[in-house]
Amino acid sequence: MPSRFDLHVNGRAHAVTAEPDMPLLYALRDDLGMKEPRFGCGLAQCGACTVLLDGVPTRSCITAVSAVGAKKITTLAGIGTAQKPHKVQAAFIEEQVPQCGYCLNGWVMTSVALLDKNPHPSDAQIREALTGLKCRCGTHMSILRAVKRAAQA
Amino acid sequence: MTIQVNRREFLAGSGALTVSVLLPGLTKQAQAAGTQASRLGLKPDQLSSYISITHDGRVVGWTGKVDMGQGTEIGWIKMIAEELDVAPERVSMVQGNTEETVDQGGASGSTGIWFGGIALRNAAAEARLTLVEMAAAKFGVPAAQLTVDNGIISAGAKKISYGELIGGKHFDVQLEWNQEYGNELKVQGRAKPKSPSEYKLIGRAGTKRRDIVAKVLGTATNMVDVKLPGMLHGRMLRPPVAGAVPVAVDESSVKHIPGVKVVWQKDFIGLVAPKQWDAIRAARALKVTWSAVKPPFPDQKDIYNHIRAAKSMKRDEDVKVGDTDAAFANAAKIVEATYEWPFHSHASMAPACGVADMREGEATVWTGGQKPHFCREGIAKMFNLPEEKVKVMFMTGPGSYGRNDSGDATMDAAVLSKAVGKPVRVQGMRHDGTQWDPKSPASVHTSRAAIDRDGKVIGWQFETKAFSRREFFRDEGSPERTLAGQLLGWPLKPVWLLGVPGESYSFAARRKTSDTIAPLIDRASPLRSSHFRDPGGPQIHFASESFMDELALATNTDAVEFRLRYLSNPRDVQVVKTAAEKAGWQPHVGARKQLRGDVYVGQGLSYAVRGATRVAVVAEVEVHKQTHRIWVRRYFIAHDCGQVIAPDLLRQTLEAQIVQTTSRAVYEEVKFDNNNVTSVDWQTYPILDMKDAPETIDITLIDRPELPPGGAGEATCRPLPAAIANAIFDATGVRMRQAPFTPARLKAGWV
Repeated sequence: MPSRFDLHVNGRAHAVTAEPDMPLLYALRDDLGMKEPRFGCGLAQCGACTVLLDGVPTRSCITAVSAVGAKKITTLAGIGTAQKPHKVQAAFIEEQVPQCGYCLNGWVMTSVALLDKNPHPSDAQIREALTGLKCRCGTHMSILRAVKRAAQA
Repeated sequence: MTIQVNRREFLAGSGALTVSVLLPGLTKQAQAAGTQASRLGLKPDQLSSYISITHDGRVVGWTGKVDMGQGTEIGWIKMIAEELDVAPERVSMVQGNTEETVDQGGASGSTGIWFGGIALRNAAAEARLTLVEMAAAKFGVPAAQLTVDNGIISAGAKKISYGELIGGKHFDVQLEWNQEYGNELKVQGRAKPKSPSEYKLIGRAGTKRRDIVAKVLGTATNMVDVKLPGMLHGRMLRPPVAGAVPVAVDESSVKHIPGVKVVWQKDFIGLVAPKQWDAIRAARALKVTWSAVKPPFPDQKDIYNHIRAAKSMKRDEDVKVGDTDAAFANAAKIVEATYEWPFHSHASMAPACGVADMREGEATVWTGGQKPHFCREGIAKMFNLPEEKVKVMFMTGPGSYGRNDSGDATMDAAVLSKAVGKPVRVQGMRHDGTQWDPKSPASVHTSRAAIDRDGKVIGWQFETKAFSRREFFRDEGSPERTLAGQLLGWPLKPVWLLGVPGESYSFAARRKTSDTIAPLIDRASPLRSSHFRDPGGPQIHFASESFMDELALATNTDAVEFRLRYLSNPRDVQVVKTAAEKAGWQPHVGARKQLRGDVYVGQGLSYAVRGATRVAVVAEVEVHKQTHRIWVRRYFIAHDCGQVIAPDLLRQTLEAQIVQTTSRAVYEEVKFDNNNVTSVDWQTYPILDMKDAPETIDITLIDRPELPPGGAGEATCRPLPAAIANAIFDATGVRMRQAPFTPARLKAGWV
């Protein structure tokens, strides 16, 4: 049965009515009208749907809306703005990273979480932290440059 | 019925500018882009179809080509700004919608700059000449005495801007048009474009892309974000056994899900629901009985034998130079090898999305497909509408490198919308992408060479046998070129084609043939093949350039030295020499099997021509002695595509192309069993992961400003797989003749 869920997204409270097993992704995209995150696989295999739940990168495509509870949800639009981009966003802009840009959300959000935990990761640590994300355009080299740039910012 | 999209553009040094683009009101889109008056009917021979100027002197370029995310747009902007003598910041582009741009074939064959850019360059040069002549008449001075600086025309103290001269009105200037549409369209005016010595922008780095900021901030509108009032979410049902068709549907199986409507027409079956999650649940729950069909596919291990044994539908003899029969009859030594390449999935970042709003007598369609004008043709034909009643708007979707699943999703949305009388959005689940998208064809290539007593190659035969790369053509320009059209019974018109290596080596006698075979299922197959980035190129040149190394070995020659012996074009020679020098190539014969710590290291070179572009690659690989993991650690690329427009964007285009092709060569293979494709997601169709990305990619751009710009989006796909295979041989002595280059295949060949 559809139920009401209170979600805290980017500092604002929202209520959605949904089947409890509906993944959070659809609440964010279809009920709250957000452009990010995005559906890539629905199987937690690509990362396009990544959001931060209390700062932890989480695949919203397999996270039931009923499982979010009071955790604070942060999306790509919630980490920075045109006037004040997050340092990871600034670095991705500086390095002109995306091609189609569909997967970008996962890379940025996972990098934000990585640099929060480990502000100066080695090349190997960056590769390790970002393994499991997919980019079909093959922008991996630009992404590596951007994450290193952000770590130095 | 409009949706508002905010597109932020960063103008250099002036902060953010918000431009409102109103969709689907197309003339409003034109207004937002800056034109006030409608143009002269969008004719291919009118200057106004390509260039217009706003009241405030901004320039709008219009193109029927599409930037798929590699920054082609910036290339166009630079070419226009250069000819018109304006700052690139004052130029914007409208691309890929059928109402506002001429049919120039969309993204196709790396022709965005090569053909599309040249059309804009010629048009911009004509626009400048026209404006200067207008100013000359106004000032009463000869045109030759006028100067132009950032859109201001001066004659001494007299000044007038482009905006004052023509802003808001369209050019009424005819161009010479070659009467072709699509890729072949060419236009030219009276004006001669600048000579390279006059360039201020072309060939220089630094113009930032316009789409990046919104993509990174999460504010960009993607194809998947298109929403219309009353829009329903559609899902397609696909059979468990390929080729099976629905024979019964139990709609009571989804009656617990609100608002579900099943659409079943002939062999097409899908459903719609007001909420996306409900459509997903319904597609999972709907009980469909499928016809019993014989398992359609051979065992995967037998696929190459199937290709070898299959009847040839068509033989192309692409090259026949000299007398190869005589060469082989006179040979002191004959070398022969066969190479095999699997089916690949586009596996775009997400299953494709399409939105269609089918009304009585008209259609409005949004597509992520890279050929919007073909999409219009296909929809018009499917629903018997005049083409001018079908509007197709390109939106950046989850990536596109050829004829991926976009064309199918868009047509599915149109059929569903027509059936239910509401706008419908279709985006499937992961398996709808990986399992059911069109595939790059599997192929077998046999290469044979005749060598004389002195070790000279006197004859070369190259034979391709493969599934066609155009089983249902390369676009969605007719219903039978889509899954929906095939399921609705449109008669198929396959084109039998794969191809042979480009002409490079001057062996005295050479013969290259290509045989294509019939598909395993004639319609709606998950293994139906079509164009995927450099269609046929990677597999053909994997074979031909691996074979060149085999010939080098057979003639006791270094692989670079061998190629240089038979290359005569100085541009070819230069890319090969440059890549080898950059890589620190040490001449050697055969495998060196150098062990460093736990890894064998090796270098391999390969080279290919594609159209007006040539590229050489040295791959440096590491092969772990126990796990046999293959890592391409470094690449050295020498790339000559003629004139370079935007070197920074070109480098990134090449880098990403190299990573994508590495993925195809080392990791990718569509798996199937007797019933269906079993590659359905990223676990069953793995691609390159971040841990596997190269450490460095060293790119040397050989700029030839005196030549026209060639294509750069695909040429590097060609030599790359063979460069890796040749490097693996150098490292291990194992010759990879079947892709992908997995540890298991390597181990099987290890001596």
